Formats: sequence, structure tokens, C-alpha cells
Amino acid sequence: MSEPWEEEGPGTIKKFMYVNRKAPYGTIYALESLEVVLIAAAFEQDVSMAFLDDGVYQLKKGQDTQGIGMKNFSPTYRALEGYDVEKLYVEAESLAERGLSEDDLLVPVEVMGREALAELMDEQDVILSF
Amino acid sequence: MKYGILVNEGPYQHQASDTAYQFAQALLDKGHELFRVFFYHDGVNNGTRFAVPPQDDRNITARWSEMAEKHGVDLVICIAAAQRRGLLDEGEAKRQGKDGNNIAPGFRISGLGQLIEAGIQSDRLVVFGD
Amino acid sequence: MTMLHTVNKSPFERNTLASCLGHAKSGSAILLIEDGVFAAVKGTAHEDTVRGAVADHKVFVLGPDLLARGMRPEQVIEGISVVDYGGFVDLTEQHDKVQAWV
Repeated sequence: MSEPWEEEGPGTIKKFMYVNRKAPYGTIYALESLEVVLIAAAFEQDVSMAFLDDGVYQLKKGQDTQGIGMKNFSPTYRALEGYDVEKLYVEAESLAERGLSEDDLLVPVEVMGREALAELMDEQDVILSF
Repeated sequence: MKYGILVNEGPYQHQASDTAYQFAQALLDKGHELFRVFFYHDGVNNGTRFAVPPQDDRNITARWSEMAEKHGVDLVICIAAAQRRGLLDEGEAKRQGKDGNNIAPGFRISGLGQLIEAGIQSDRLVVFGD
Repeated sequence: MTMLHTVNKSPFERNTLASCLGHAKSGSAILLIEDGVFAAVKGTAHEDTVRGAVADHKVFVLGPDLLARGMRPEQVIEGISVVDYGGFVDLTEQHDKVQAWV
């Protein structure tokens, strides 16, 4: 079944960046943002995800949510590649401030400095932050 | 200019819904087009007609409904977020076997694709959140 | 390409303004709204940071949010322009995109 928005034919391809600045579980933003990214993949836009500030905690290895009775959605980040969402950018300064390194992350990402990330943000057409 | 708006917070709890409304009203006053307002996260609670705020307070839901009626603004509530939070239209209530629906006039429930479409179609997508 | 950044948090509560300033390119515009307006007021511990931002960016503050919180336009740091909701709309029109530092 085709959705109405799919019937418009091939249109403009915009650069969409999803900016993640919040940690998982304390609030629902990380989980519901991920749901947007998965849906958005079907639109064949130029999609990227940025993780900065507490957003880097979303990608921390070894999340175990059994004790809090919430679903561990972190494996979904590993599934993104299957949705052709391959541009995951993590800010180096945000990692360092939190005593984390690339080895602490559960999925391959591109770690970049604040300035480079700012440059990338500037190139976007649509920036969605949750 | 064509605008899209994303509202990520619930009414009364956070100013985001109010700021989004004032911004929407101002852009309409200036003769711009408001393509769609998409309600996500707790923002879906903007669309319940069962809210009864005190008489001396603003009625956030009614305000949106009036805007939809007057200006033909498309008010879309995210279905995934709505299901979590108990927002139902007639069709959803039937599908989920619930004994009633609570969606306000002018609002409709649809998928996250509507948000992406708003990002593609609009000249500007403005996010209001926490 | 130019960007409008919106900041809606008090600098005393969260790092939102600092994070925005760390990423906003020189010459871009920053609009302080909701609890973000407290950063625009003179005499706070964040005044030096904000004065630095004014030197490098176009900084605006949403007047209705300022007045609602008992602050007057005269208390705003020099170089910051006070706008209303219509001015907010104009800013989004004048810049190619908007990044909300929520």
C-alpha cells in the first residue's frame, strides 16, 4: 500500500540532520527521535545523525535496562545501516568531556571536532532536534 | 514563504506549545503559508478535546482548532506518539478496541512521514520543544 | 547560507546557550526565547559570554518573553535587538534554516 506522500514522485532531495543532545531513558526524546529516523529513511533524503552533548550517551555500549523495566532500544542504532542511514557523526569534544572514547560506542561512527560538526550543520537544509 | 512547525512538548506543561502558536499566528498575519503543524512526543496532547482548562486560562487546543478552521492549517498528531499517550480518533479507537475517541476538531492522526514531508515541502521547518 | 539559532533555556539551568555558541558560525543569528531570555539581561554571571556572542553574531531576544518574566528592554545587553513574534518570523525568513537548540 502506498502512502500519499509516496505518490508525489521523485522530488527534491534535502539534507536532513537529526541532532541528538539528550541522554536515553531519562526522557523519551532519544527513542522517539530514532523512530523518526527509521521512518524518514523511506523518503530517500540525504539523512545524517549528529550526537553531541549528552546525546553521545545514546550510543554507549553495554546498556542494560532490565533493572528499570524499560526497553533497551540501543540495538536499533546498529540496524540503521540496513535503512541506509550511514552518516552518524559524534562530536569529539562531547565524548572527551564525558570521559568517553570511540571504543565506548556500540556502532561505527565518524568522530569529528566541534568546528567540523558546526560546518556540517551549516550545510543542512532541515535540522530536526528533539 | 511556506512554513512547517514541529511541536514536541505538551500544552500547559511547557511554553513550547504557546510559542509555536504565537509564531504560527504571526506568520499567518504576515501572509505566509502554514503548510502543517506536526505534534510529536508529548506535543500530541495539544490535540485532546477532553482538556478543560480554567476559564481564565487560554484554551490551547481550542486555539489550534480555530486556527485550523480559519486558515486551513493541517494539524497532524503523530500516530506512534499518540498511541503511547492515549490520543485516539474514531478509526484508531475502533482498531484498538477502545470505548471512545478524544481528538479535537481540526486535528488528524497520521504517521511520522507527515513530518518528513513537511520538512521536504516547507521552505522553513521550525522546531519548538523543551 | 546563514542559520538562525533559537535558544529557549536559561543559561543557569542548562548548557544549551553554551552549546549553541560553540556551534554557531560567525555571522549567524541567535534568538533567545522562553527561559533563554535571561541570558540577554545585564548584570548576570553570563554577561561576559553573551557580550562575546554579540561581537561575533547577531543576537536577538523575544520581547514578549522578556516582559513576561519581569525584565525590561532597557536591561538588555547593548547590541542585542528586541523583537516580537512578527520579528521572529522575519528572522526565519531572512535565514535559510532554523536550528532549535532544544
